[in-house]
Amino acid sequence: SVKIDSKTIEHLERLSLVDFANREGIRRLEEAIQFANQIHSVDTSAVKPLINVLYEEYIQSLREDCVTEGDIREEILSNATVTEEEYFFAPPGNIPLPDKD
Amino acid sequence: MLHQLKNGSCTVQELYAQCANRVQVIKSLNAYIRVTDEVSQVQLQESTTRYLKGTTRLMEGIPIAIKDNFCTKNITTTCASKMLENFVPTYNATVVERLLDSGAILMGKTNLDEFGMGSGTTESIFGPTKNIWGSNLISKANDIDNKVSGSQSDDFFIAGGSSGGSAVAVAAGSCSVALGSDTGGSVRNPASYCGVVGFKPSYGSISRYGLIPLVNSMDVPGILARTIGDCRSVFEVIKGCDPKDSTTLQRTLNKSKTKRSSSKFDKLCVGIPKEFYCPGLSSEVIDAWKDVADLLENSGFRVIQVSLPHTSYSIACYSVLNPCEVASNMARYDGLRYGYRATGKDLNSTESLYAANRSHALNQIVRGRILAGNYFLLKENYDKYFVQALKLRRLIYDDYVKMWSTGVDILLTPVTLSDAPLFSEFTEKDSRAQSADQDYCTQPANMAGIPALSLPVRLSKRNLPLSLQLMAPHFDDETLLDVAHLLEKELNFPHPTVKVA
Repeated sequence: SVKIDSKTIEHLERLSLVDFANREGIRRLEEAIQFANQIHSVDTSAVKPLINVLYEEYIQSLREDCVTEGDIREEILSNATVTEEEYFFAPPGNIPLPDKD
Repeated sequence: MLHQLKNGSCTVQELYAQCANRVQVIKSLNAYIRVTDEVSQVQLQESTTRYLKGTTRLMEGIPIAIKDNFCTKNITTTCASKMLENFVPTYNATVVERLLDSGAILMGKTNLDEFGMGSGTTESIFGPTKNIWGSNLISKANDIDNKVSGSQSDDFFIAGGSSGGSAVAVAAGSCSVALGSDTGGSVRNPASYCGVVGFKPSYGSISRYGLIPLVNSMDVPGILARTIGDCRSVFEVIKGCDPKDSTTLQRTLNKSKTKRSSSKFDKLCVGIPKEFYCPGLSSEVIDAWKDVADLLENSGFRVIQVSLPHTSYSIACYSVLNPCEVASNMARYDGLRYGYRATGKDLNSTESLYAANRSHALNQIVRGRILAGNYFLLKENYDKYFVQALKLRRLIYDDYVKMWSTGVDILLTPVTLSDAPLFSEFTEKDSRAQSADQDYCTQPANMAGIPALSLPVRLSKRNLPLSLQLMAPHFDDETLLDVAHLLEKELNFPHPTVKVA
């Protein structure tokens, strides 16, 4: 069965930021990978990936470059728990998560 | 219902009062997260006035319920998650806007599995939704004992998911129609268990603007109703291109094939895909499948066996593509601009704050999928998993295109493997394993983008609904609805008699 090394788990946790690199989280992940491994038994050597089913018919429509909405600062800020004057408020970034011992 | 309102055999107030009463009667089923009394009463006033003045709109006075992952302006929209428990959208989803603009009355927001992840409506912070069938809220039919047999008194039959709240709301008559969303079967699955029509239209035919996304390439807003006619009325109003959703197409749906000849269903071909005869399919569903195939044949359809060779890989393919898009879509929940925000002394970096917000406020299923998605998207895994799944998706999609091109117009398949399971049975398996079983027959339609519909057929030995699924080529929604309508008339499925308080 599938086993993931601790380096990968740490890396995943940094990418996901869900604090789920515990035994339960890892067990679920390993099962999910085990289940997904079925896809490897299909030969897809001559096949192009399908990103979206509208591909055949799709024409990306463009619109005129005019401002049609905006000026709704209060609405945009209304769901934030913490704001400072007209700003969303975040603690400093680029500080990595502490290592789990 | 619309006919009765428009020809005066029922007034808007009578219909509203009946639905509002049902909303109260079914409280114990936990179908509604939020009952929107104040809003609905204002809407009722307007509808009443318009019927008096003769200025009615397309859905005037029709009570609706909306799954709580569609943004409703100034009405809390939670996705049944702690992350959005206090989120109040400042806009309506396009489909909501279109319904309200056409006069519909919003009875409330309905329960779902958290963020649409689940097939039981058992994973909500507000608790599970219970199926009205098999509950003590409906009158016993015939002499068959409706009691939950051999189990604890607090056990119940599940509503299915993730749009279980909407399905129960409709089945109970607390609204005429409801909106749900369908990514792997989340409209059709609960519709099947609750004995109502569950319609997932063609991908690209309905705006997803304001539907909080799960898998952008597969999500479709769906309709739950007691009749095909009601389902159609809603579809007419909500479908169509939306400049705010670039994945809606500027094209009209194909005309119904049934209008082709004077004998409506002559020469239409129904395919029975052999790969849908899957592990775990109950004998009652198999019998219903055979009987409805016979019924179609006797109604003038040509019924043939077909093959969709990659069907058995569809669920594994979905198990990769779903978490990958989920990992991306859930990245927005950092608690800064909206959503749950943790407080505490160690949260002095964005990373630790984000991790706290997300681990406190997202359930294990959501977090598990984020982790899995990021795993499949790692550089060393990207080709092996994500790209391989995209290629497999094309093979599955091509199976359908090839099959339709041989002259098949409609497919008839199971939708769920059985009638509704008991909550105690359902929760024995973990969510991912459960979805893998339950979604087998439904998620191929999401993979291929084609329209699909769950139609109630008859009652099982346990007096619970048994349903089947119809599917049609991409943009042949009208044909699908016409065939479903024919079957509906022939099958005459009994709607539950709700015990009025």
